[in-house]
Amino acid sequence: MRKFLGKRAVASAVSLLLLIVMVFFLSRLTGDPTQLYLPVDASLEAREKFRELHGLNDPLMVQFGRYVVDLAQLDFGDSIRKARPALDVVLEAFKWTLALALITMALVTVAAIVVGSLAAFRVGGLFDRVATFFSLIGASAPDFWIAIVAIVLFSVNLGWLPTSGTGTIWHWILPISVLFIRPFGLILQVVRGAMITALSSAYVKTARAKGVRPRPVIFVHALRNGMLPVITVIGDQAAGMLNGAVVVETIFGFPGVGKLMIDSILQRDFAVVLAAIMVTAIAIFLMNILIDIAYAVLDPRIRY
Amino acid sequence: MADHLLEVRNLSVTFHTVRGPVHAVRNVSWHLDRGEVLAILGESGSGKSVSAAAIMDLIDCPPGEITSGACLFEGRDLLKMGVEERRAINGKRIAMIFQDPLSHLNPVYSVGWQIEETLVIHGTPKAKAQTETLALLAKVGIPDPAGSARKYPHQFSGGQRQRLMIAMALALRPDILIADEPTTALDVTVQAQILALLETLQHETGMGLLLITHDLGVVAEVADRVVVMNAGEIVEQGTAADVYANPQHPYTKRLIGAAPGKGAMAPDRTGKVVPLLEVTGLRKSYGAFAALQDASFTLEEGETVAIVGESGSGKSTLAKCLLRLEEPTGGKAIYKGRDLLALSPVELYAMRRDIQMVFQDPTQSLNPRMSVYDLISEAWVIHPDILPKVRWRARVAELLDQVGLTPEHMHRYPHQFSGGQRQRIAIARALALEPRIIVCDEAVSALDVSIQAQVIDLLDGLRKRLGLSYIFIAHDLPVVRDFADRVIVMQGGRIVEQGSVRQIFEAPREAYTRNLLAASLDPDPAVQAARRKARLTESLTA
Amino acid sequence: MTTSVPRPKADAEPTAVRAVLSMLWADKFATVAVIFLAVVLFCAIFGPWLLDAVATKQNLRGRNAPPFDFTRGWLFWLGGDALGRPLLARIVVAAQNTMMVAAGAVAASMVIGSALGLIAGYSRGRASQIIPRLADVIMSFPSLLLAVIVLYMLEPSVTNIILVLAITRIPVYLRTTRAEVLEVRERMFVQAARVMGASDTRIIFRHILPIVMPTLLTIATLDFAFVMLAESSLSFLGIGIQAPEITWGLMVSQGRPYMTNAWWLSFWPGLAIVLTTLSLNLLSNWLRVALDPTQRWRLEMGARKNG
Repeated sequence: MRKFLGKRAVASAVSLLLLIVMVFFLSRLTGDPTQLYLPVDASLEAREKFRELHGLNDPLMVQFGRYVVDLAQLDFGDSIRKARPALDVVLEAFKWTLALALITMALVTVAAIVVGSLAAFRVGGLFDRVATFFSLIGASAPDFWIAIVAIVLFSVNLGWLPTSGTGTIWHWILPISVLFIRPFGLILQVVRGAMITALSSAYVKTARAKGVRPRPVIFVHALRNGMLPVITVIGDQAAGMLNGAVVVETIFGFPGVGKLMIDSILQRDFAVVLAAIMVTAIAIFLMNILIDIAYAVLDPRIRY
Repeated sequence: MADHLLEVRNLSVTFHTVRGPVHAVRNVSWHLDRGEVLAILGESGSGKSVSAAAIMDLIDCPPGEITSGACLFEGRDLLKMGVEERRAINGKRIAMIFQDPLSHLNPVYSVGWQIEETLVIHGTPKAKAQTETLALLAKVGIPDPAGSARKYPHQFSGGQRQRLMIAMALALRPDILIADEPTTALDVTVQAQILALLETLQHETGMGLLLITHDLGVVAEVADRVVVMNAGEIVEQGTAADVYANPQHPYTKRLIGAAPGKGAMAPDRTGKVVPLLEVTGLRKSYGAFAALQDASFTLEEGETVAIVGESGSGKSTLAKCLLRLEEPTGGKAIYKGRDLLALSPVELYAMRRDIQMVFQDPTQSLNPRMSVYDLISEAWVIHPDILPKVRWRARVAELLDQVGLTPEHMHRYPHQFSGGQRQRIAIARALALEPRIIVCDEAVSALDVSIQAQVIDLLDGLRKRLGLSYIFIAHDLPVVRDFADRVIVMQGGRIVEQGSVRQIFEAPREAYTRNLLAASLDPDPAVQAARRKARLTESLTA
Repeated sequence: MTTSVPRPKADAEPTAVRAVLSMLWADKFATVAVIFLAVVLFCAIFGPWLLDAVATKQNLRGRNAPPFDFTRGWLFWLGGDALGRPLLARIVVAAQNTMMVAAGAVAASMVIGSALGLIAGYSRGRASQIIPRLADVIMSFPSLLLAVIVLYMLEPSVTNIILVLAITRIPVYLRTTRAEVLEVRERMFVQAARVMGASDTRIIFRHILPIVMPTLLTIATLDFAFVMLAESSLSFLGIGIQAPEITWGLMVSQGRPYMTNAWWLSFWPGLAIVLTTLSLNLLSNWLRVALDPTQRWRLEMGARKNG
C-alpha cells in the first residue's frame, strides 16, 4: 500500500511539474507576458517597469529557474487586485469551494446510490424508467442554463431564493441544487449499470439460495461489488467540483476558487491564477488517493 | 401424501426468448427421499438444472414462467407458498451448491462472514454462529479454520472453494442438499475428494442429496437412483446400476455408448519410424516460477501423442511454447532438421503452415464477427501461395464437407452453430493450411459426451486419410485411452511418465499416474462399486 | 462451383439494415433521438447556407420580441434577440459551429486516443509503459480547468478550442482502448490467428479493432455530448468562440443580461443544447444495448412484440 501511494505521489508530481512547465512556457512564449500580469489598459512605461522589476528581460532559462524556485517556496507573488499574497487569496476562496463540493457530493452520492440500486432491482419497471429518464435529462443539461432558468423561476418570478452571495443558508440552496443535477444523473447511470451486473451475478444467486431477504441482497451483497466502478466516477465528479464549479460560482456570485480563477483571468491577475492551479491540483491529487484507498477497502482482491 | 421428502410433479417451465418461448422442462416428475442420492443426468440444454432452480425460487419471472406442476416438500407445494415462507426454507431446510464456486462466493466478503450469514439470517445468535462457522470449516477439511474464516474466496484453491460452499450449505443441517455440477471444473483427484466429502456428510446427517451432472462417472460413483433428461423431458429413470446395465430409451443407450474409455486401445507401434518432431529439454519460466521443466519427447509420423495432467501441470504451456505463442526459456524442438524454437519471424511464418492448433473452446477461438467462409479462407489470405483466390470458394466447400458440414454453412456466423459444429469449423480452419501436425489443446473438453465422441471420430478419420500427427492435450483420461498411441503424464511442470497407451493404462509405473487413473471415474456403477470396495479394504488394512 | 454458391453480401445486407432499424424502433426514445439528431445535423450542414442572411439582419423593431407571436412570420416564433434578430434562425445557424467544434474534438481525440491505446495495449515494449502515464498526466486535471488555462493564454479560435477539447478527451479513448485490447489480445481467436501466421497489422485491424469498435462508438456518442457541454461552458464564460461567430453556449451567455425581462434569449439555445445532448445520451444507451450480444435480446424481444 505504501509503495503504491509512493508511486502515485511520484506520478502526480510528474503531472504537476509538466503543468508548471507548460504554464510557464505558454505564458512567456505566446506574446507579451506583461499582458498576462497587467491590466489591459496599462501604459507602456508601466509595462516596462514591470518587466524590469520582475526580470522579464532576462534570458528565458534564468526566468524559468526563478519561477521554479519561487513555486517551490509556495511563493506565487502578490495578487494585483487584492494587493496581498496570492496564496492567501486562493486558500480563502478554496474554503468556500471545498464546503460546496463536500455538501453537494455527499448528497449526490447517497441519492444516486439509493435511487440507482432500486432502479436496477426491477429493470424496465416503472421506477426504473422514470429514474433513468430523469437521470438522462440531468446528465444532459448544461449547468449554466439550469442556473439561469432556476434564477428566473425561483428568484425573479417567485422571489423565494436570493440570486447571489453567501449570507444565509438560503444562499446555498440554488448553487447546491444546480451543481447536484449533472453528477447525480451521471452517477445514477453508472450505479444502475453496475448494480444490474452485480444483481445478475452468481453470488447473488447463492445469497438467494441461502434465504437472504431482498434488501440485504441489494444493499449488502450486490452494492459493495457494484460500488467499485461507481467510485471512479464519484472521484471524477468530485475533482470537477474541487477545481471550482466555475460556471455555477460565477453565476451565483459564490466566492469560491472557480469564480476567483475566472475573475483573475479576466482581470489579468496571473499570480492568483497560478496559485489557484497549484492548490486545486494538490487537492485533486489528495482526493485521488482517497479514492484509491476506498477501492482497497471495498475490494479485498486489490492489494497495491 | 407426504410419502417423499421432496417430490416434483408434472413440472413445466417456459422461458420467453427472442426466438419465441423455449420449453425448458416439460412434465417433469421425480422424487427424493431422506438419505438417498438422486442424480439428474443430462447434457447441456437438457433442462437438468431447471427443476432445482424452481425448487429454490431462482427462476426469474419474466423471462421464465412455471406453466404447470408442483414441487412438494414434505407434502406442501413450494410453488404455492408465500415469499417469506420460502425464504425460511431456502438455506435452512433445502440448501444448494453450484458449479464454479469462485463466482458463486461473494468476492468482497470474508468466507467466515458468508457462512455466518446463513446461520444468522435463519435465527442463530451472532456469537454462536461464529463458533459454529469454525466448526464447519474444520469439518469440511479447511486447514486453520480461525485464520481461513478471515480470508476471502480468491485466496483459496478451486477444491477448497467448493468445500467452503459445502460448509455454507450444510451450516443448518438441511434436509436436502442440491448440488449442481459440483465437481465439473475440478481436477479428477480433487473431484474424488469432494465427492467423498459429500458422501460422508450425507451419511452423518441423513439428508437427501440431489446431484445434477452431465458425467456418467459421477453418477456411477455416488448415485442411488438416476433420472436421465434430454431436451427438457425425462427419458428414463431407475437405479443407477439398472439404467447403466439395461438402458431402455435410445437416448440413454446413445449416451452410455458414447462414454469414452471402453473402446480398444491402440496397439503399440512397431517398426522403425523416423521421428517427425523431436523435443528436447523444453523449459519455460515466469520469473522464478518454472512452469515447464526439461520436457523431452518425440512425435512420429501419423501418431497421436497425448499429454495428460491436472491444472497447473504445464501441459498447455508446453503446447504454447511449441507453437511459439509463448517464448520458451530453453530447449530444442527439431522439425525437418530445423529447431522450431530458434526460427526467425520470417522462417516461423513459413513453418506455421505445417503445425496448426485446435483450441479448447470453439466459441472463443472463432472470431464472432467473421463468417465461416472468412474464417477458413483467412488461412490463404495469410499464406497466399497455397491457393489462388478463384479456388477458395470450392476449397472451403470441400473442407466443410470433410469435417461433416455442408457448403451452405459457409455464409453463416459462428453463433449460428452448436458447440460441436463450431469445433468442426475450427478443425476445417486448421486443415486449410494443409498441416502435418495438429496440436489439440483440450479440443473436446468443452463438448458434451455424445459430441465429444463424434469429434474424436472425425479427428481419427482425418489422421488416417491425411496422414496427420496429433499432439493431444487433455485432462480427461478415458478420452485419451480411446484416441492416443502414446501418453505423456505431466505434473507440476515435469513429465513424470511416458509410454504407449497400453503401458500407461495397464501397467503405470509412477504413483502419480496410478493416482490419476484411480481418481478417474468409470461410467459403470458396478466398476465404481468394486473400486470403492477395494478402497475401503485398502484403508482398513492400512 | 463458384456460381452455385450464392454470394454472401447479396441477401445478408438488407436484412442486417432491417434488423438494426427494427431494434431502433423497439426503443422509442432512441428512435426520436435519432430523428432529432438528423434534424440537428441538417441544420448544421445547410443552416448557415439557408439562413445566414436572416440570422444576422438586425431589426430594431423586433428587439427582444417575445416568442409565440405568430404575426411576425415563422422565424420569430421563438422570439427575437436584443438586436431584433430572429432566435430560431440564429439557433439553426449556430448549430454549425456547435456541431463542428464537438465533432472535430471527438473525431480528433477518438483517432489519436484509440491509436495510442492500441499501441499501448498491443505492444509489449516500452510504449506500453509510457503511453498510459500520458493519460494519467492529462487526467489529473479536470478538462474544463485545462481548457480555461490554455485558452486564457492562447487565442480562442475554433481550431484552438477543438485542439484543447480534443487533448482533454484523449485519455478516455486511450484508457478504454488499451483495457479492451489487453483483454481481446488474449482471446483464443487472436491466438488462433497468430498460429496461422497472421501479421500484427492483420491481427490488429481484422481481429482486435472490430471487437473494440462498438465500445469506442458508444463512448464517442456520449463524449460528443460531453464536449458540446464543455464548449458551451467555455463560450458562456467568454473564453470560447467569440462574437460575431455564434454557438449555442455563446447565445445563452449573450442572453444572460436580459434574463429578468426576456428569458427566451437564453432559454431556447439552452434547450437546444439539452435536447441534443439528451438525444446523444439516449442513442449511446441504445448503442450499448444493441452492440452487446448478451443484452441485445432486450431490444429484439421488444421489436418482436411491436411487430
